[in-house]
Amino acid sequence: MSDNVAAGGPDINLPAHRHPHPGLHSHFETMEQQREAGTLGIWVFLATEILFFGGLFACYVEMRAIHYQGFQVGSHLLERNFGAAMTFILLASSFTMAMAVHSARTGSRRLLVVFLVLTIVLGAAFLGIKFTEYGQKWHEHLVPGFNFQPTSEQLKGAPAGNVEMFLCFYFFMTGLHALHMIIGIGILTVMTILGLKGRINADRYSYIEVSGLYWHFVDIIWIYLFPLLYLVGGR
Amino acid sequence: MEEPIVSVRTYVIVFVSLLVLAALTTYIASFDLGIWNTAVAMAIATAKMALVGLFFMHLWFKPGLTRVAVVCGFFWLGLLIALILVDVFTRNSIPRAIGTPL
Repeated sequence: MSDNVAAGGPDINLPAHRHPHPGLHSHFETMEQQREAGTLGIWVFLATEILFFGGLFACYVEMRAIHYQGFQVGSHLLERNFGAAMTFILLASSFTMAMAVHSARTGSRRLLVVFLVLTIVLGAAFLGIKFTEYGQKWHEHLVPGFNFQPTSEQLKGAPAGNVEMFLCFYFFMTGLHALHMIIGIGILTVMTILGLKGRINADRYSYIEVSGLYWHFVDIIWIYLFPLLYLVGGR
Repeated sequence: MEEPIVSVRTYVIVFVSLLVLAALTTYIASFDLGIWNTAVAMAIATAKMALVGLFFMHLWFKPGLTRVAVVCGFFWLGLLIALILVDVFTRNSIPRAIGTPL
């Protein structure tokens, strides 16, 4: 065995087509294996994220089963049109994100950057509506703990404590989701810079693929939050 | 095996389906279906999640190992929620011994 191989460098005796790709790290056999390991890693992380949010979802399910009336009334206090608008915006951002990954794979740097910027703008629009809604809740005196003075008209006979608990879930779940959105926008900003520098291309698109998986995951959380918070109250 | 490049057409079809489902669930929520409100809303949300997961997140084209990681996450969440509901819905149907503290 030559010193070159022992040092992890390419074996000069290999035929030309067996020479490793410049982007291949020494502990992987092929680029394909390296990429699969990367996506498996992010999926395992997302599985832990499912359980991270899952604790709140499970708590919500239990409390709603016990305090059904309070949760129905609480759901009516949320503005359904805001929720629907945010859903459409986030679905659109998932589409532009998928298109950004697609552009990276087909090697179009310009489209990659355009779609990434669109995704960031849509994400920011989502957060804008979200914080507007938080502000509105403050003015309606519907912020649990800090500013909670519902009128009897708002309560419709439900115990105030139960409605307050629903709003607690609303703020915690959407707040944690908004935090993930802010982190996601940070990641996509870095991706945009890498894209502008030409560091993402058809051979090296793992970064963008992995960021895309995170963004889609955050979208999936909202897909469940929207009906659970805004819709299940019925009319 | 190199993962196939998904066509733009597929992405557009999935996106339009997602928008239709989102509009549908919002519209259905304006009717009072009693307990079915939650069931219908969750069914539509799961359909949307499946579309995002299979096509935007490329699970349709992934090897079994990756799918196992995803299924594991949902399996444990399912256990958590199922056993919590078993507790909540049977708590009052177990007769308490007279004289024991609650």
